[in-house]
Amino acid sequence: MPDSSVNIVIGGEAGQGLVTVGDFLAKALMRAGYEIVVTQDYQSRIRGGHNTYAVRVSPEPVYGPRETIDLLVALNAETVALHKGQLTAKALAVADESVDLSGVPGLAVPFKSLCPKPIFENIAALGVLSRLLCLDAAWLEGIVSEVFARKGEEAVAGNLKVFAAARAWAEASGAGFSCMPPPMRTDKRLFMHGNEALAFGALAAGANFCSYYPMTPATSVASTFVDKGTKLGMLVEQAEDEIAAINMALGASYAGAKAVVPTSGGGFALMVEGVSLAGMTETPIVIVLAQRPGPATGLPTRTEQGDLNMALYAGHGDFPRAIYAPGTPEQCFELAYRAMNQAEKWQSPMFVLTDQYLADSYRAVVPFDLAALEPMAEPALTCDDPAGYRRYADTPCGVSPRLIPGFGEHLVVLDSDEHTADGHITEDLTVRIQMMDKRMRKTEGIVSSIVPPTFEGDEKPDILLACWGSTYGPALEAAQILRERGVRAAVIHFSQVYPLNPDHFLPVFAKAGRTFMVEGNHSGQLAQLIRQQTGYAFDQLITRYDGLPVTAAHIMDRLDRL
Amino acid sequence: MIPLEQYGEFETAWCPGCGNFAINKALKKALSMLDLAPHKVLVCSGIGQAAKSPHYLRCNCFNGLHGRSLPPAQGAALANTEVAVFAESGDGCSYGEGGNHFLAAMRRNVTMTYLVHDNQIYGLTKGQASPTTAQGQPTKFQPAGVASMAFNPIAVAVTMDTPFVARGYAAEVDHLADLIVQAARHPGFALVDILQPCVSFNKVNTYAWYKARCYKLGADYDPTDRNAAMLKAQEFGDRIPIGVIYKGTRAPYEGRIDSRVRRPLATSKPDMAKLASMLESYA
Ligand SMILES: Cc1ncc(C[n+]2csc(CCOP(=O)(O)OP(=O)(O)O)c2C)c(N)n1
Ligand code: SF4
Repeated sequence: MPDSSVNIVIGGEAGQGLVTVGDFLAKALMRAGYEIVVTQDYQSRIRGGHNTYAVRVSPEPVYGPRETIDLLVALNAETVALHKGQLTAKALAVADESVDLSGVPGLAVPFKSLCPKPIFENIAALGVLSRLLCLDAAWLEGIVSEVFARKGEEAVAGNLKVFAAARAWAEASGAGFSCMPPPMRTDKRLFMHGNEALAFGALAAGANFCSYYPMTPATSVASTFVDKGTKLGMLVEQAEDEIAAINMALGASYAGAKAVVPTSGGGFALMVEGVSLAGMTETPIVIVLAQRPGPATGLPTRTEQGDLNMALYAGHGDFPRAIYAPGTPEQCFELAYRAMNQAEKWQSPMFVLTDQYLADSYRAVVPFDLAALEPMAEPALTCDDPAGYRRYADTPCGVSPRLIPGFGEHLVVLDSDEHTADGHITEDLTVRIQMMDKRMRKTEGIVSSIVPPTFEGDEKPDILLACWGSTYGPALEAAQILRERGVRAAVIHFSQVYPLNPDHFLPVFAKAGRTFMVEGNHSGQLAQLIRQQTGYAFDQLITRYDGLPVTAAHIMDRLDRL
Repeated sequence: MIPLEQYGEFETAWCPGCGNFAINKALKKALSMLDLAPHKVLVCSGIGQAAKSPHYLRCNCFNGLHGRSLPPAQGAALANTEVAVFAESGDGCSYGEGGNHFLAAMRRNVTMTYLVHDNQIYGLTKGQASPTTAQGQPTKFQPAGVASMAFNPIAVAVTMDTPFVARGYAAEVDHLADLIVQAARHPGFALVDILQPCVSFNKVNTYAWYKARCYKLGADYDPTDRNAAMLKAQEFGDRIPIGVIYKGTRAPYEGRIDSRVRRPLATSKPDMAKLASMLESYA
């Protein structure tokens, strides 16, 4: 089946408003019924540099980004120079008439004459694009009206006028770009990126406390909380640093809040001590770790799946934990909810790993089924016998009754030192063994509630692509390409990467011809973990660590070279 | 008043003669005067000898990490309006490892009381200099004398317009209890820096040393005069003032919390209908 997608790339300097153009266009395409995958590539600077906003759009499901470009919207000359090598056979480059388009199939737009003021250029570009894509004008007009309604009727009318003029100009110019096939979806979907979906998952679970210290690409989780969470009763505080953020959240959680801390690699490194504190004091907490390339400050605005090892091993000593790695915005929502619930249930730190690509990637998201969410575990507020209440009472499942201070006569005593059942410091080594065993016993419960990996494709594949987190879509697309070539192919995707249950995947591996692990990091961190835990070695690793997301083309390129 | 026995009697890990005993006594007395039943009290602490204090008191207790008594205390105070929140720790924990949190807590100004056992030395790790050890003072680990200048928490707190800034002395139990009562009643962040003799490691700042120097601020001293407080905050040497150094009126953080936030958070459930309509706006 030929690729029916169109990859639109808008490029320019930071500050030129390319995100506005991208957001408007992508949202209009979604409303029109198309599938979209948005990839944002930006540099660590506020103005200047070269940024892109890519919308891959298709009437059929699309799973990941694509490198080659069909429609290049160049807000400056540099964009043309940088991307002309990626243009496909049907490609068209759209730019202001002042930009030199020689040597590329181009459409020079007289933006100056179409716009009364330069600030309208974004809207003019949308007018041209809507015509080139044969997109019904109403979709974009609707969004333009909604967005500018805040600024008054005059602003709406002004923008619509420019939009119409630009569209009319494009029509008159007879610019040739093949129309997309009409969309097939008519159901309502949400225009949302991974971090928004993640934040909403936590909010649906009742998250009502967030302390954070800003760090790309986790910041938009916090900003969604500030924007939306507050209206739902959430308290959001910018802490002085990540150490404070996690400790503050743990204090709040102990005192009855449902707490989340979003951060990225370097910030998470500072939180590690607090992760152990959560483990020792058995305080529920969810840490959202939005990955970007490291080590140290790495590539601050790019993507990588490089922090699995850190999430696995963060903390000194042993304590139970679970690590989730959503592959789509829908999974971001589900797994953030689940992480909140599991944290509460097992009174241990839980992690959600995402990355810059998924964090910033807008999709046409199927609305979440709020009614279908499993009920949340809750701490009790009172107990029958306050004198007999012991925070760390030993139990068969390892989970002790969690009460909240101040709601009854009971006392809740927590300690980072090893402690007795009533929470007090102890150096009794027998108690140490008992408490350690009690805490680690929760592992059984956590293991019994693992989200199994999903399997899609041919039953006995010649090629099995294993992956986790955001590489899901690209792996699915690569498998599809393989099948089109007549190769039996399948994908196994881990949306929970720890703990693992070998029964969930070893039988699948055993049925496959050759197995490949696809990861966005240098060393194949999940492949290593699987080997360490099961002895299973993948035939080959397919990695990417240049700061860009894994794509189907990247996977195919590596496979073809073998 | 709550009877003192309610706060319990415990065996401690402190050296006989340590100033911590008296501070513990003063705190119990203050809680009783404040009429706070044990289950309405939360004490957060860090790590060190002083940080063990909440274990020697019947109360809710979050004994966390070294230097980190303040972040959980503020998190708990923000989340839970059912408990009176105290943080209690040593000077190393509070001003060394926890220095940034101290600065941020003063800026944030959440209503809570910070009790710092200031023995001018590290106790639990056996005698290293702390941020408040005097410059030039020799210790076992700084035999040639401490090279850095001592940190002045009182002056920094006054500079930050911290609503309540006091210095207590462990051996003056009633006076200290009264300071803690005042601190706990004052809206906003309240600091009580407490001079605490460490009989094992601090051979300079002894009971005799403090006795010869400490004097109580009298009725003629006006703690609401910030300029006077600045001067008083710098008095530390032959004479050391104890009492309320500064009392300000800076509005506490709680007043700035979004009114849509429903506290205590333990009883706040998400409004799913509102959440659903919010999600609609993404369509
Ligand atoms: C992160 C970390 N670093 C170092 C320590 C070791 N440590 C424990 S207590 C302490 C100093 C305690 O001094 P202070 O806060 O003045 O309290 P005191 O024991 O004198 O009451 C140190 C450095 C630790 N527990 N954690
Ligand atoms: S070492 Fe010093 S501070 Fe610690 S208990 Fe002994 S006397 Fe007190």
